[in-house]
Amino acid sequence: MAVGLDKVKPEAITEEKHLVVEGMDISGHWNRMFEQRVIWDYDVDNLEKVTNLPGGESLEFCYGCGKCTAVCPIDIVGDYSPRKIHRKTQSGIDLFTSPDLWLCTTCMNCLRVCPKEVNMIQIMPAVREQAVLEGTTVPPELQKAFEDTSKHGNPLGQPQRKRADWAKKAGVPVPIMKDLKRPVDILWYVGSYPSYHPRGIDAACAAARLFNALGLDFGILGVEEKDDGDSQRLAGEKGLFEMLAEYNIATFGKYEFNRMVVTGPHEFNAFKNEYPKYGADFKVVHYTRFLVEHLDKLKPMLKKPLNLKVTFHDPCYLGRHNGEYDAPRELLRAIPGVELVEMGRCRENGYCCGGGGGGMWLDSFSKEHTQMRLSERRVREAAEYGAEVLAVCCPFEVSRFEDAAKSTGNDKLMVRDILELLDESMRG
Amino acid sequence: MNIVVPIKQIPNLTDELEINSEGTHLDHDALQYVLNEFDEHAIEEAVLTKESAGGTVTVIGVDTTGELNEALHTALAKGADKAVKITGDFPRGTASHTQAKLLADAIKGLSPDLVFTGVQAADDRDGQIGPMIAAHLGLPYVGVVTGVTVKEGKAAVHKEYAGGVMAEFEVSLPTVIGVQAAHQPPRYAPVSKIRQIAKATKIEEIAGGEAVGAGSSVRRMFKPESAGHAEMWEGSPEEVAEKIVALIKEKGLLKG
Repeated sequence: MAVGLDKVKPEAITEEKHLVVEGMDISGHWNRMFEQRVIWDYDVDNLEKVTNLPGGESLEFCYGCGKCTAVCPIDIVGDYSPRKIHRKTQSGIDLFTSPDLWLCTTCMNCLRVCPKEVNMIQIMPAVREQAVLEGTTVPPELQKAFEDTSKHGNPLGQPQRKRADWAKKAGVPVPIMKDLKRPVDILWYVGSYPSYHPRGIDAACAAARLFNALGLDFGILGVEEKDDGDSQRLAGEKGLFEMLAEYNIATFGKYEFNRMVVTGPHEFNAFKNEYPKYGADFKVVHYTRFLVEHLDKLKPMLKKPLNLKVTFHDPCYLGRHNGEYDAPRELLRAIPGVELVEMGRCRENGYCCGGGGGGMWLDSFSKEHTQMRLSERRVREAAEYGAEVLAVCCPFEVSRFEDAAKSTGNDKLMVRDILELLDESMRG
Repeated sequence: MNIVVPIKQIPNLTDELEINSEGTHLDHDALQYVLNEFDEHAIEEAVLTKESAGGTVTVIGVDTTGELNEALHTALAKGADKAVKITGDFPRGTASHTQAKLLADAIKGLSPDLVFTGVQAADDRDGQIGPMIAAHLGLPYVGVVTGVTVKEGKAAVHKEYAGGVMAEFEVSLPTVIGVQAAHQPPRYAPVSKIRQIAKATKIEEIAGGEAVGAGSSVRRMFKPESAGHAEMWEGSPEEVAEKIVALIKEKGLLKG
C-alpha cells in the first residue's frame, strides 16, 4: 500500500483565529500576503549602470510580462530575451561583462510585442559602445571585423582598390560614377558583401544584368564606395560608423543622382534612418521595391519557368525595421513556375538569420553560447515546409544559410537571392 | 621609465602603387598613407612594456603627410601617454636619413630609457631609422626583436635570426630596439576612442631642423617586368641534361 495517500480529514484541522509564529502575526485567510514581495533585495548598481547610459534608459521599463521571450529568436536556440536580461541585471549580473551582451542581433521582434517599449535596438549598442571603449570583453572575431572595416573600408578585410572587380564577371556594362562624369538617374550602392563575397558577387552580377535589361541609367561608386558601417554601430563601434558615414555622405555628395538603390537591407536602414542624422539628404530604395516599380517591364522578360517550391526569409532590417514585406513576395510571384510557400515564422514574426547587429562577425562566439545557430534553425524550418529554395534579399544571408544548410544536412535546400532567381528566369 | 616610439607613415600597400613621371620614386601624392606595420608592433611592445614595468610612452613622428595626427591619436588610444609631432617642410617620402636625424634631435630632449622603432618599413626597406637614431644618440641597438622584458635597468631582448634560430640579449638601458613583432598582436583601438582623444588631446609640436638628405639615391624605379614565357623541355633525364648543358654553353656561362 502506498504511503501518505490518505487525505487529512477536515475535522483534524483546527483553524486558529489568531496565531503568532516566531514573532509574526499570521492570522487571516490561508493565502494572505503578509508583506510586500521583496524585489529590491539586490544591489541595483548594475541595472543603473545600463539605465544611466543614453539609450539604455528603457531597460528598467520592463515589468516582466515575458512577451519578448516568446518571440526572441535567440531564446529558441538558447536561454535569452530582454526580460531575462532585465531580470539578470536587476539581480546583480553585470551586462557589461556578460556574454549576453553580444548575443542580441537587434532583430526587433521583442520591441514589436513589448507593451513597455523596452528598446534593445538602443540598449545593446549603448552598452556595447562602453565595452568597446573599454576593450577587454569584445570577442576577438568582432574586433577583427572592426579593424578590417577601419583599415580597408569593408568588414571582409579585402583591398579597397578591388571593390569594383566583381563587375568584370557581370558580362554587362557597370558604369562607374567617376568615369561617367555626368548625372545619373540611379546611384546603385552595391555594398561590401555583394562586392567581395563570392556568393554576394553572384547577386551583384544578377542585379547588373537586370538593370541593363531594364535599360536603366545607373552608376556605381566603384573604389570610392565604403561599407555603410551600420552593423558596426549596432555592435558598439559608433566612432567607426560615424567615420564611414562622414566619408560616404561626402562621396555621395560628389555626384548627381535622382535616387539611390541599395542591394542590402542594412544599408537601406542606414541611409534611410541613420545617415540623415549626419546631414545626408537623398532618396533611397531597396532593390526589391525598386524592381517592383519596374515589374510591368520586367515580367515579360521572365521567360524561363523555374518550377520550384520557394519560401522566403524576411530580413529583419527590411521587414520589422522598415515595414517592407510585400515587395520581395511580389517579385517571387512574378517569376514563372515559382510556388511560394510561407514558413510559420514569417513577415512581422519572421525569424532572424543571426547576422544583424554584429552577429555576422560573431559566429563562433554565438555558437558557443547557444545550442544551434539561428541560421541553422531557420534552414530547418524551410526544409520542414518542403521548400526547395530558400529565397533571400539580404547579402548577409546567402552565405549564412548555405553554410547552415550544409551543417544541418539539408544540402538539397538551395539558397538564392531573389536577384539570382529573377536573373535565371530572365536569361533562360 | 621613459619609453619613446618613433613612427612613420608609408604608402598603403593594399592600394595600386603608382610610380612618378620621372620613374625615380612612388607618386606620393597619388597614394594613401598609413602607419608602418612594424611601427604598430613597436607601439604595442612599448605599451606592453609600460604595462608590465611601468613608465610612460611617448610616440613621436615627422609629419610628412599632414595627416600624422591620426596615427598619433591612434597610438594614444592604444595606451601611449604623450604624442609629439615634428613639423617643417618635409614632403611625403622624406628619406630615412633625414627622418632619423630629426627624430634623434627631438628624442634627445625626452631623455629616453628605451626607444622602440619598427625594424623596417615597406617604403624603403632599408631598416636604417633605428640604427641611425641609435648612432646619433650614442646608444646600443638591437634589431629584429620579438619581445622585451625590462628588469633592474636592463632589458632582456629576444631576437630572431634566419633559419629559426633565436637568441636572448641583455642590454643596458638606455637603448634602441628595432621591433620585428610585439610579443602580442597589436591591439585594436576603437574609432570611438580615437575620436574622443582627437577632440580632447593636444599634440605637442617641435619644429624640425634642416633636412640632411638621403644616404642613397634611386636611379630607376619600375614595376616588375615580365621576362617572356618559360619553355618546357620534355624527354628523358639524359636528353634534358644535354639541352641544359647546351643552353649554358650558348649563354656563355661555361668556359671551353
